[in-house]
Amino acid sequence: MSDPATFAVDVTDLGFSYGDNAVVHMERCRLERGRSMAVIGPSGCGKTTFLHLLAGLIRPSRGAIRILGQDLTELKGAPLDRFRGRHIGLVFQRFHLLPALNVRENVLLAQRLAGGRIDAARVATLLEQLDLLGLEHHKPSMLSQGQAQRVAIARALVHGPELIMADEPTSALDDGHAEQALALLQASARTVDAALLVVTHDQRVRGRLDGEFEMQVPA
Amino acid sequence: MTWLRLAVANLGLSPLTSAVNVLLMALGTASIVLLLLAGSQLSEAMSRDARGIDLVLGSTGSPIQLVLSAVYHADVPPGNIRLEEAERWAGDPRVRTAIPLSLGDSYRGYRIVGTTADYAALYGAGLASGEFWDGALEAVAGAAVAQSAGLGLGSTFAGAHGLEEGGHSHDAHPYRVVGVLEPTGTVVDRLILTSLESVWDLHAEEASHDHAHDHDHGDEGSGEHESADEHDHDPGEEHDHGDGHDHGEEHDHGEEHDHGEGHDHGEEHDDEQLAGHDHRDADREITAMLIQYRSPMAAMTMSREVNAGGVLQAAAPAMEVSRILQLIGIGLDGLTAFSWVLILTAALSVFAALYGSLRARRGDLAILRCLGATRWELLIAILLEGLLLSALGVALGFLAGHGAMELLGGWLESTRGVTLTGWTWIPAQTLLLFTLFSVGAVAAAIPAVQAYRTDVARTLAEG
Repeated sequence: MSDPATFAVDVTDLGFSYGDNAVVHMERCRLERGRSMAVIGPSGCGKTTFLHLLAGLIRPSRGAIRILGQDLTELKGAPLDRFRGRHIGLVFQRFHLLPALNVRENVLLAQRLAGGRIDAARVATLLEQLDLLGLEHHKPSMLSQGQAQRVAIARALVHGPELIMADEPTSALDDGHAEQALALLQASARTVDAALLVVTHDQRVRGRLDGEFEMQVPA
Repeated sequence: MTWLRLAVANLGLSPLTSAVNVLLMALGTASIVLLLLAGSQLSEAMSRDARGIDLVLGSTGSPIQLVLSAVYHADVPPGNIRLEEAERWAGDPRVRTAIPLSLGDSYRGYRIVGTTADYAALYGAGLASGEFWDGALEAVAGAAVAQSAGLGLGSTFAGAHGLEEGGHSHDAHPYRVVGVLEPTGTVVDRLILTSLESVWDLHAEEASHDHAHDHDHGDEGSGEHESADEHDHDPGEEHDHGDGHDHGEEHDHGEEHDHGEGHDHGEEHDDEQLAGHDHRDADREITAMLIQYRSPMAAMTMSREVNAGGVLQAAAPAMEVSRILQLIGIGLDGLTAFSWVLILTAALSVFAALYGSLRARRGDLAILRCLGATRWELLIAILLEGLLLSALGVALGFLAGHGAMELLGGWLESTRGVTLTGWTWIPAQTLLLFTLFSVGAVAAAIPAVQAYRTDVARTLAEG
């Protein structure tokens, strides 16, 4: 495993702080391609910040982040945005579908922003797999929470990312739906052969993914 | 295309706000377009009607009134002048063409102008049918008159006394149409032309009848008698007509005094053209003489010489037109300024709408960045929304402006004889188009920069 490109996520000596407050401190964290991992920790341990660091939305104070072999700290501006759009799929706790667009357009937009060609057939297949047929022309405001989350997952998958990261995908859901959502994320990641990283404080996720990483509240 | 689609969708999220913004923009645009079209066409029409006329000779008074009455047929003339006086200048070597005009009667609001065929030629108005007058009471109708008053070859009509509708009608002496002019887009379209002699004869005839019989001009009758009396009493020292007064005593009313500003006997029969029973040269009157110079050099001297004589007034249409346009311009400028206030209001409204919606849409913007959008793309997305609003407003405003101009033009043509159209494009509009179009972008600039600066991680962390 010496080839850095074999890891979807490869973090070394990572530090991020606001002023003097260390928000994230991490010696090493790795996720192999095609595997899944849960990053579990209590509220305030910097999980979300960690995820934003991995997505290149913020820059670390020190340390290195390699995503799919690419050193994120070498990228900035538009190339960083493009890299994120092309290789990473993000699913948020609040699903953040664009309210002005319908289900199909929300998914198509992600495909377009990832720089790929519009592949309407793929969108249709994905919507079918996620049990969203018949809702293509609904606006997000007309969807149930479960439906909206499935659309958000479809949006994260549509461009065939190699790394899917989800922020608290289950914490707002009851047991049944949490189970469903997690299974869906895993299955979806598997179908596109992507690595899956789930950041959560939800203990129900324990033992469900290939690996687990405990985060502590920094001292 | 992605961003345009998104901008349209976002504007569709708050249809009422968007509609109000578009409407405000459209109102401002429409009024500016309307003013621009009206202003340019008015000045163009005025220049066109005055083309080829270097100087107007007429009775003393207001030069603007003289030009308005003799060139544009839009005002009553300040008075009449003696043909003999005018012809002295017409014979001047500096003059290329001199066209006499005698006004006073009208038919259905269209002025009957006693003149020569040169007058039609001045406007390049050829005959569409028929021929120019040869005998008495033969008339040639301008294109617009022929059409709207239904005059064709062989039609007869009775001129009415006065330049407005509703004057006493010369029923006993109808004109006969012997020719119809081609349309020229100038004032001549709305005139009925006839010979000077017809006008003179008609009024001489009427005058003799008027005096012999019961006069149905109302006060005009007594006015004429008064004036006649006065002339008998004071042959001339306060009237600046020189030798004309020798004859004046023989005629029952020397019409040359009719319109002089200081003569208290004049106003009752302003429009009476000529009332000599016989037309000896010294007795004949016209309303104005249109002069075309042989060389522009004449402009330096001739007008001054005429005015120095004191008998006649010379007014240069070019100069008076620019004075009139300046007056109109002041009014148009005020209205235009008001229109720009509307545009400014629209811009502020677009700004407020976009700025206000940004707070609610920060999450959307952050997500767009997560999906791979760059900062610049977010900036463009917001600019596009502003541009779309202004583009829609401007498009609607141009349509409305041109439509209103066409409607107004139709109304003005039927009521005022001014031809304006909405189906025209003037160069200034192109500049206006781009200026107004960019108003939306300017209004959207600050919100767009805000979008550019969206702190994605913080926005997402805040949820």
